[in-house]
Amino acid sequence: MERPKLIREDGLRHDGRRPDELRPTRITVGVLNKASGSALVEYGGTKVLAAVYGPREIPQKHLLLPDRAIIRCRYHMLSFSTHERKSPALSRREIELSKVIREALEPVVISETFPRTAIDVFIEVINADGGTRTAAVTAASLALADAGVPMRDLVVGVAVGKVDGVLVLDVDELEDMFGEADMPVAAAPSLGLVTLLQLNGVLTREEFDSALKLALRGASQIYEKSREALRDKYMKVRVEE
Amino acid sequence: MSHTPSPELIVPKLKASTIVNMLKKGMRTSGRGPMEYRPIEIVPGYVRNADGSALVRLGNTVVVAGVKLEVGSPYPDAPDEGALVVNAEFVPTALSTFEPGPPDENAIELARVIDRSLRELKAIDMSKLVIVPGRRVWVVYIDIYALDHDGNLVDASSIATLAALMNTSLPRVDVDESGSVRVDRSTRVSPLPMNNKVVTVTIAKVENVMFVDPDLDEESVAETKLVVAVSEDRRIAGLQKSGAGGFTEAEIATALDIALDVGTNLIRLAASKLESSGAGLTPLGERSTS
Repeated sequence: MERPKLIREDGLRHDGRRPDELRPTRITVGVLNKASGSALVEYGGTKVLAAVYGPREIPQKHLLLPDRAIIRCRYHMLSFSTHERKSPALSRREIELSKVIREALEPVVISETFPRTAIDVFIEVINADGGTRTAAVTAASLALADAGVPMRDLVVGVAVGKVDGVLVLDVDELEDMFGEADMPVAAAPSLGLVTLLQLNGVLTREEFDSALKLALRGASQIYEKSREALRDKYMKVRVEE
Repeated sequence: MSHTPSPELIVPKLKASTIVNMLKKGMRTSGRGPMEYRPIEIVPGYVRNADGSALVRLGNTVVVAGVKLEVGSPYPDAPDEGALVVNAEFVPTALSTFEPGPPDENAIELARVIDRSLRELKAIDMSKLVIVPGRRVWVVYIDIYALDHDGNLVDASSIATLAALMNTSLPRVDVDESGSVRVDRSTRVSPLPMNNKVVTVTIAKVENVMFVDPDLDEESVAETKLVVAVSEDRRIAGLQKSGAGGFTEAEIATALDIALDVGTNLIRLAASKLESSGAGLTPLGERSTS
């Protein structure tokens, strides 16, 4: 594939976005019947489903901790979610991302409330167009909230990239593939904490500062939309007389 | 599936609170300063059958990294470049809780963090690893084994990887008319071509105090870590927040300033140790009893 021009003459990106513009996001909470909580999050063409089961007892008692609930997390891509078919088996990438996503959620879950239980977070990437792990974090934290798990804050994710020398918000697959750097970030905005930070690429110290600021601005926009989606769901709940 | 781990090491409450209280006063139980690494020993060429290797001792943490070069096919999207494969394994010699088996999520994460730091920086000059353009290239296999775990396996592994790469030489190859490649490992033609050098600097945090190079006890009480890959030319070549917990924006800024200083120093230190190759070093099994 030829390397496309990622920043056009007019300074806009290949899909017409400004560098600091998010893709259209759609966030829906409570999309599954059986799960304790669930959410479907779309960032442009990226579509990620998260389900939470628990807190619950599990047969693998040796994993449980006496003073808190454990969080178990699996990030998984459907085999047809990518251009080339992805083997359904868990790849090294998926194993790493399951870990970093779990570690992004750990600081906001008040796990001490449910000792000797497990909170299971299952993430399925339905369609991948860049930023799947960050959409996954957003979906997972909404699913946890939907399940009624006590939390200190929501965590929302967004990736920042450097393409054709320009820092851009919410990179899509093309920008990720041909860009110079990709930096996924997840934050708990009300706590002022960054709970996921990775950088794939090379940045100077100054570029990093701008990139993180850009990511946090994007995160606070997604945070507002997430809270709205959560409110929407509970506005629909009717209490039977 | 990734799950909240049981602690690798149970640190007694008294010891844990001593570690934290001392850190808050800028001290450590080992007598080190917060920004001080443990002594680093590098034994280049530790494994004779590897094409490049190094044993690294970071305090009581021991890691061996080896490079094997194999003739293979290039990736379809990079026909005129060599290929890089990084793998890490925490073998059961290293700690009582390490079990035999395929690499766990921690080993996979470590390998991928080091892989990305090398790849993104183009630390190895892959364009010079082509044997038959578009068809045959050198595949650089880097394998990292943690042998003895006393904390900060990532930084020890990254130093071992850098040292092993700098210790690697390309064997002589002959290509006949039919295009088949014969490797002669008894003759070495050149060192592995490198563009840049990179190491990781791990910064741990507990109760808003940050410090580098955590030992196993410190790692067990730390809330979270930030791994920063630092290039010789003082750029950030990769980042990974690792472990539960988070950082504020200000903490990240402080951590990066620390990492860039410490990292460039580590690269200088490693390079100078490699130049004075081997003299006065004590390989595993020949350690002085001090």
